[in-house]
Amino acid sequence: MENTDQRHDSLDFVFEIYQKMKKNKVNLAYEGEITHQITKAFTSLTETNMSAEEDYNSVQKKVFHVMVECLQNISKHADQRSVVSSKDGRGLFLVSKGEEEYNVTTGNVIKNDKVESLKKMLENINNLDKEGLKQIYKQQIKEGRLSEKDGAGLGFIDIARKTGEKLIYSFLPIDDESSFFILISTISRKKL
Amino acid sequence: MEVIKIKGTDDTPNVVLDAETGTFEISGRSLPEDVAAFYEPIIEWLDLYAKSPMAKTVFDFKLEYFNTASSKLLLDVLLKLEDMADDGNEVLVRWHYPDDDEDMQEAGEEYADIVDVPFEQVSYTVD
Repeated sequence: MENTDQRHDSLDFVFEIYQKMKKNKVNLAYEGEITHQITKAFTSLTETNMSAEEDYNSVQKKVFHVMVECLQNISKHADQRSVVSSKDGRGLFLVSKGEEEYNVTTGNVIKNDKVESLKKMLENINNLDKEGLKQIYKQQIKEGRLSEKDGAGLGFIDIARKTGEKLIYSFLPIDDESSFFILISTISRKKL
Repeated sequence: MEVIKIKGTDDTPNVVLDAETGTFEISGRSLPEDVAAFYEPIIEWLDLYAKSPMAKTVFDFKLEYFNTASSKLLLDVLLKLEDMADDGNEVLVRWHYPDDDEDMQEAGEEYADIVDVPFEQVSYTVD
């Protein structure tokens, strides 16, 4: 049987999470496998909230775009897979809403041997301006057709283009084999 | 030829391919769970149609949203139309976009840059 101390710990933990979510204005938090159903549920939930909040149409569309690409990144590329079906990756997914902006955050496990190439890809995207992103998008969409895997990073390029912001990312070491990859995408709530 | 009519859902587009009436249309939202499987019959239909197309083929794209995974398959559809044009057939792509959606307008412009086929941008008002 659980002792009282442990029970108190878990109650504290719940309150702590709640407070931290409030403080960071998180209105959607999830950790688990990202299935197609989850993607549909989260996007439609957020759409309903946004139209109630009367965000600009263009902002709503951008948030929708970014959410879908972020969720699909986890689903396809996370190196921690679902126990039920290996086609679905697992990860952390957060949407927060401030006065000025929406933040869509993902966190997922990736193998260390992929970190360097992913870092390079993200750096490359962040170094491009609007025109450069457009060129690389066109190039990738053409090349992507030829390979089974996604044309390297089409989703990231799309996020950078739709938001007009730099991608914020970090790789935190877990152990010798894996790291935790965090990506934050920011969508301004002002009309662009 | 067999007619393709797929009713749109919240994650798959409405598709009409009808060589009798000359209706060729993909509209709505495109983020299918399995993009390749969704677009495969469409591509196959176009392959067949390309063997004896109508005097003029006008293909309408009227998408509200598509994800990057769909963007590659949409390019495949456009490349089929390009092949038809290359074979000397008259083809016109009409890319419809909501007048307040610059991203969708730009997506059309980019496709027009990539494929070599007559391309018309058509804006419409959303109420």
